[in-house]
Amino acid sequence: MLSIKNLQAKVEDKQILKGINLQVNAGEVHAIMGPNGSGKSSLASVLTGRENFEVTGGEVLFDGKDLLEFSPEDRAREGLFLAFQYPIEIPGVSNINFLRTALNEIRAYHNEPPLEAKEFLRLTREKQKLVEFDAKLTNRSLNEGFSGGEKKRNEIFQLAMLNPKLSILDETDSGLDIDALRIVSNGVNKLRSEKNAFIVITHYQRLLEYIVPDFVHVLYDGRIVKSGTKELALELEEKGYDWIKEPVTTASV
Amino acid sequence: MANNSADILEEYSDKEYEFGFVTDIEMDIAPRGLNEDTIHFISAKKKEPQWLLDWRLKAYQSFLKQPEPHWQNFELPKIDFQNISYYAAPKSKAKYKDMNEVDPELIATFEKLGIPLSEQKILAGVAVDAVFDSVSVATTFKETLKEQGIIFSSISEAVKEHPELIQKYLGSVVPHSDNIYAALNAAVFSDGSFVYIPKGVRCPMELSTYFRINSENTGQFERTLIIADEGSYVSYLEGCTAPKRDENQMHAAVVELVALENAEIKYSTVQNWYPGDKEGKGGIYNFVTKRGVCRGAHAKISWTQVETGSAITWKYPSVILQGDYSSGEFYSVAVTKNKQIADTGTKMYHIGKGTKSRIISKGISAGQGQNSYRGLVQVGSKAENARNFTQCDSLLIGDRCGAHTFPYIESKNKSATIEHEATTSKIGEDQIFYLNQRGIDTEKAVALIVNGYAKEVLNQLPMEFAVEAQKLLSITLEGSVG
Repeated sequence: MLSIKNLQAKVEDKQILKGINLQVNAGEVHAIMGPNGSGKSSLASVLTGRENFEVTGGEVLFDGKDLLEFSPEDRAREGLFLAFQYPIEIPGVSNINFLRTALNEIRAYHNEPPLEAKEFLRLTREKQKLVEFDAKLTNRSLNEGFSGGEKKRNEIFQLAMLNPKLSILDETDSGLDIDALRIVSNGVNKLRSEKNAFIVITHYQRLLEYIVPDFVHVLYDGRIVKSGTKELALELEEKGYDWIKEPVTTASV
Repeated sequence: MANNSADILEEYSDKEYEFGFVTDIEMDIAPRGLNEDTIHFISAKKKEPQWLLDWRLKAYQSFLKQPEPHWQNFELPKIDFQNISYYAAPKSKAKYKDMNEVDPELIATFEKLGIPLSEQKILAGVAVDAVFDSVSVATTFKETLKEQGIIFSSISEAVKEHPELIQKYLGSVVPHSDNIYAALNAAVFSDGSFVYIPKGVRCPMELSTYFRINSENTGQFERTLIIADEGSYVSYLEGCTAPKRDENQMHAAVVELVALENAEIKYSTVQNWYPGDKEGKGGIYNFVTKRGVCRGAHAKISWTQVETGSAITWKYPSVILQGDYSSGEFYSVAVTKNKQIADTGTKMYHIGKGTKSRIISKGISAGQGQNSYRGLVQVGSKAENARNFTQCDSLLIGDRCGAHTFPYIESKNKSATIEHEATTSKIGEDQIFYLNQRGIDTEKAVALIVNGYAKEVLNQLPMEFAVEAQKLLSITLEGSVG
C-alpha cells in the first residue's frame, strides 16, 4: 500500500529526514517510536504534504501512485488520513457540516454522488456508536472548546467517517487519561481490517498495549535505525532510547 | 502542491464580478448635471404634487450649503456632482398592468440576477419591488398584501395614492438636511419602495426590493420608507448589483424605518454592487443613510447587512431608541478585497428607559482591502438602565489588508451597562491544512472558515437569503487563498 524509499526532506535549511525506508501493506499496523526531535511528526507532515516541508530526495508510492505529486487534499482523497497531534479549532463551522463537506469532496473525487442527508445521518449515528463519540459534540463547532481528550476522540470519529486506506495517528495517546486511551484504542481496533493500514506514532509503549502493532520501528535522527515486532517496544520501554542512539553515533564517527 | 500561502492569498481576489453585464434597453435619461432645473425635471417626470417639489428644492439648498465630510480614514475621491445624470428610466415604460407588459429584456435581466419576479415564484413567498436605475419596475404580490391592508408599492406611487402617509413620515427619520448625501437624495430621489403595515398585522411574507444600476454615468438615489404601525411585524430584504464600468458610479440612498409601539421591523441587506477591478478602477460609491426610529414602547428594529460589493461602502444603519424598553440590533458582515474600502457600523441612540441594543460586526479583509468598524453608542440622561452589547471582530486574509475599529461611547446615565468586545484574527495556515487533510480544497476551506466566522450574522438572515449570502461570501473570496 505505502512504499517509502530513501525519503529525504528539510524544513528551512535543516535536514530532518535523512533517508527513510518503509513498506506498509494492507492489514498491517506499524508503530513508529523514537525520542523527541527524531523526525516522527515530520514524517507525518511530509507524507500528508504540509507546505514548508521540502522533499529533497527519495520517493513515496501510495497504491502504486506517486504520492508526492498530489496536493494535500488529493492525498486525503486518495485515502490518506492524519489524526493530528494537535487538532485545530474552527469556530462557527459545525463538526457535522465539516464532515459532510469532507465526505462529499472525497466521494466527488471518486466520481460518486454526494450522500443523501438521510444516509449521511445514518452513517454518522453508526460511527458515533462504534467509536463511542458523544453525539452532542457532533453538532458543536469543530473542536472549539473541546477538551484535549474530546479533540483526540473527534479525530478517531472523523477517521471512522471518512474510512481511509491508510491512517497515521500522530501521538494520539498524548494527553489522554487511561479511560480516553482505552476508548480511542477500541475505536481504532474496531476500524482495523484487511483492507486498511495504520501507522501509529508514539513515544510510549503504553498505547501499543491497546493497539497491538505488527511491526515497530525506531526513528532516530531522521532515519529508521531499528525495526522489529511488538517486543521491540517493550525492550525500548525497559532500556530507554540511549542504546539505540549509540550505533548511529558510532557509525557517524 | 508547492503553493505557498502568499501566492494563494494573491489569487484569492481574482474572481470576476459575475453580475457585470449591461442590459441593452432604451432609456429615458436626464442630461448630466445638477441644478434647480434638474429637480423640476424629475418632479415633472413623476407628476409630483407641489409640496414634494418644494421639499426637494429645500433639500437642494441644504445640499449646496454642506461640505463633504472629512473625518473618515480613507481618501475620498473628488466627486463631480455635475457629471452625473440624476434620472434614467426604461423608455417603454408606461404603466404595467401585469408582468406580460414588461420589456422581456428587463425580465431577462432580473432573471439573470435571480430575482423572483414571475408568477411561478409565488411559491417562493417573496414579494419583490425591483428598481432598475431610477424607477420601480414591478411590484409583485400587491393584491395578496392588500387584503391585509398592507401597502407595498414604489414610493412614487405612494406619493399619489397615500399622500397623507408620505407627508407625515417622509424625512421624519432622516431629515432633508441630515448630511450632504441625504440632502442630495432628498433633492433628486427618483424612486424606491414604500411599505406600510397596519396595526396588529404580521406581514405574511418577506418583502423585498432589488436595486440595479444599469446606465452609464447615472447615480441611483432611491428612498425607502417603512412604517410598522402598533403591534405589527415586517421583514424586509434588499439586494443590489450593477454592471462593470470603468467610471465610478454613485449610489446615495436613504432608508427610513418607523416602528410604533410594540412593532418590529427586520431589515436585511445583501449588497453586491460592482466593487471595481483589481487595480481599484471603477466601482460603486455606496454612500447610504439608513436610520430607524423605535417611536413607541417595546418597539424593535433590527438591521442585518452583508456587504461584499462597492468600491467604497460608507454607511451606518442606526436606531433611535425613543420608546421605553425598545430595542435595536445591528448585525453586519463586511468583506473588502482588492482595493475596496468599507467604513461601516452603526449608531444606537438610547433615549427611552430600559432600552437595549446589540451590535455584532464581522469585518473580513483580503487583498489590499480596508475595513473599518465605526460605531456610536449614546445613552441619554433619561435612559435609565439602558444596556448595550457590542462585539466587533476582524478577520484578515493575507498581509496587505487592514482592519480598524472606532467605537465611540457616550453615556449620560450612570445606570447604563455598556459592553464592548473586539477581536482580530487571521485565517491560519494550520486551519487550511487541517481541512485540506480531510479532502477539502483550499478555496472551499476558506469558504467554510469565513462562513463559520460570519455565522452569527448570517443566522439573522431569512433562510433563502442566508443561503444566497453564504454563496456570495464564498464566491467573493474565491481565489484569495489557495
